[in-house]
Amino acid sequence: MKTYLINIIRFIVLVLVQVLILSHFEIFGYINPYIYPLLIILLPFNIGSVQKLFLAFALGIFIDFFEDSGGIHAAATLTIAYIRPILLRNAFGLSYDNQTLKFYDAPFKSRLVYVTLMIFIHHSVLFLLEIFSFNHLIYLIEKIIYSSIFSILLSIITLNLIRKNSK
Amino acid sequence: MQQILLFLIKNKTGLVFIVLMTVALGLTFNAHTYHNSKFISSANFITGNVLGTSESVSQYFDLKTQNEILSEENKTLRNILYNSKSVQDSLPNDLEFIEDSLYRVQKSTVISNNYDKIDNFLLIEGGLKDSIKQDLGVISSKGVVGIIQDVSQNFSRVISILNTNTSINAKLKKTFHFGTLTWDGKDPNVMKLVDVPRSAPVKKGDTISTGGRSLVFPENIPIGIIDEFELDENVGYYSISVRLFNDMTNLKHIYVIENTKQDEAFELLNQEQP
Repeated sequence: MKTYLINIIRFIVLVLVQVLILSHFEIFGYINPYIYPLLIILLPFNIGSVQKLFLAFALGIFIDFFEDSGGIHAAATLTIAYIRPILLRNAFGLSYDNQTLKFYDAPFKSRLVYVTLMIFIHHSVLFLLEIFSFNHLIYLIEKIIYSSIFSILLSIITLNLIRKNSK
Repeated sequence: MQQILLFLIKNKTGLVFIVLMTVALGLTFNAHTYHNSKFISSANFITGNVLGTSESVSQYFDLKTQNEILSEENKTLRNILYNSKSVQDSLPNDLEFIEDSLYRVQKSTVISNNYDKIDNFLLIEGGLKDSIKQDLGVISSKGVVGIIQDVSQNFSRVISILNTNTSINAKLKKTFHFGTLTWDGKDPNVMKLVDVPRSAPVKKGDTISTGGRSLVFPENIPIGIIDEFELDENVGYYSISVRLFNDMTNLKHIYVIENTKQDEAFELLNQEQP
């Protein structure tokens, strides 16, 4: 029950922070950081996979509503929700398989790898669908890389802030 | 039958993923074509109110700039008014004139504005209850902003000129040569004017304005000046970079223009097609 409540609050806070604050960031004119995938990143590791997919879809479609972007956020968030187990296994190794993993107990390096992969894949799908043509290939790659860097930095900072507060 | 069920249960994650992904991709493809992108729109009750509330707070930080823009516009309008000769005759009884006029102008404000994507939209105040309809033109004091695409009770969504799906009829102000104004998705200050014939005397610094061939915008709304141009020798058409007068990244007070004869004209156009 507590997990549900926490995730509902996170959902609302992340959507509002994203659409009211972060979407107005225009770093160097075209870089937009997105940190709402943190909801998917921080979901309990033993959550049911169908539940997780529906949550991811709902999160994405909410952002899409605010940004008038069709279904690109929904598609990107679904993708990372679906491949999350693979990334978790790669980043955390045995402790994930043994079901003993707690996010903040893992070493910083594993967490960094996990967050980086999740955000990078999310951004790749997102911008690929947004730009939707290979005529702008260089622009696309630039946008993926630069936006990912800012999003990953922001996400890591946010993760550490949440942790300090809850202790 | 049992085996099918077992198969479904075993692969439920994959199936749910595929179904939801199909929906998401379907919405994405819809959004990439102009007239169909209405399923996911910020012109609805929840997003309109959230963005509207946020805008009503943040507008205070921008008041000074917006005031300057408005008084600048007033100055221009007064210049026109005092220098126009017919003003004495038409002022006293121009109410009648307005009633019968071709274009009806309403004011509105921008609630949310995108310009950093390939396909950008704006959300503005006013919807069905202010008799704003689809396909009305939206301009600011300095130039064209976009076209109304989707309307709810209190909000409207505008397809920005900074959208790869827009094409607006534009002309060289001096010579009446027509072309189509499009955006390539890069610089929010620069648009492309294509299909201007070889015979047009294109010069750097010339003004581009809306052409009268569109049923949406009145003629001679300024758009921008020619920044660079290039003649495609094979086709015989110019490709012109237009630097916009309008700062699309800083919009607040805008006007919605209704062509009162638009419906009639559309009807006629549709009749012609077999």
